[in-house]
Amino acid sequence: MPPRPRPLSPHLQIYRWQISNTLSILHRATGAALSLGLVALVAWLIAAASGPPAYARFAALADGPAGFLVLAAFGFAFFYHLLNGVRHLAWDVGRGFGARERHASGWLVVIGACALTALAIAFALHLGGSTNG
Amino acid sequence: MDDRASTSMRSPLGRVTGLGTAKDGTAHWWAQRLTAVALVPLCGWMLVAALAQPNLDYATVHAWLARPVDAFLAALCVAVLAVHSWLGTTEIVEDYVHGRAAKVVTLITLRFAHALVGAAGVFAILRLSMGTLGS
Repeated sequence: MPPRPRPLSPHLQIYRWQISNTLSILHRATGAALSLGLVALVAWLIAAASGPPAYARFAALADGPAGFLVLAAFGFAFFYHLLNGVRHLAWDVGRGFGARERHASGWLVVIGACALTALAIAFALHLGGSTNG
Repeated sequence: MDDRASTSMRSPLGRVTGLGTAKDGTAHWWAQRLTAVALVPLCGWMLVAALAQPNLDYATVHAWLARPVDAFLAALCVAVLAVHSWLGTTEIVEDYVHGRAAKVVTLITLRFAHALVGAAGVFAILRLSMGTLGS
């Protein structure tokens, strides 16, 4: 006799969406994205090790608007995963489990990731501007 | 518990050994945390060091990664990133890819891909830092 299908938990159709589960899913999503980011980083290193023509081709790809968007997205994923990873490490040593602390640290991670991404973009634009000018 | 349990000669421990967490206990979890702790300073250094360069053109990147300490830290960062990425993507596949064949094929692919990417990154940095010695 086949086993009767059991109800699965959590019931996604009645689950109240909240910051905790959103950030948890986002941690995995950014982690998966950053695995592709590692491929991009290694591609950049290989281009740099392969000589000026290869490096110029990679730089042309990264300098366009599409490249900028991809780099900005990788930047946000990196800062979010870094900050939320530290939040996870704090939980691993038994800290920050209170309801108020969980929510506060969650928002802190989101705001911090946005701020650091904006800062990195501003710095990169300044860097690019200083080479062109 | 299914009805095989009552007729099997195998002990409960014998049935689960080699499956799930009985396979390697907390080793995966622990390795993920250790690589995470290592990556906080390594990635922080890599980002700050890259952005501290006046620009990121070919000559500047070569001069930066020609310095032994910088090349060493960059290679270490890429290697630990590859391990951490492998551990994380493996966890995602174990959770969401169902079906034995699909799961095993995806896990083997991830393992090979991460070995390839990690080794390629380290090799590129070594070539960047020492490539001119022989020529």
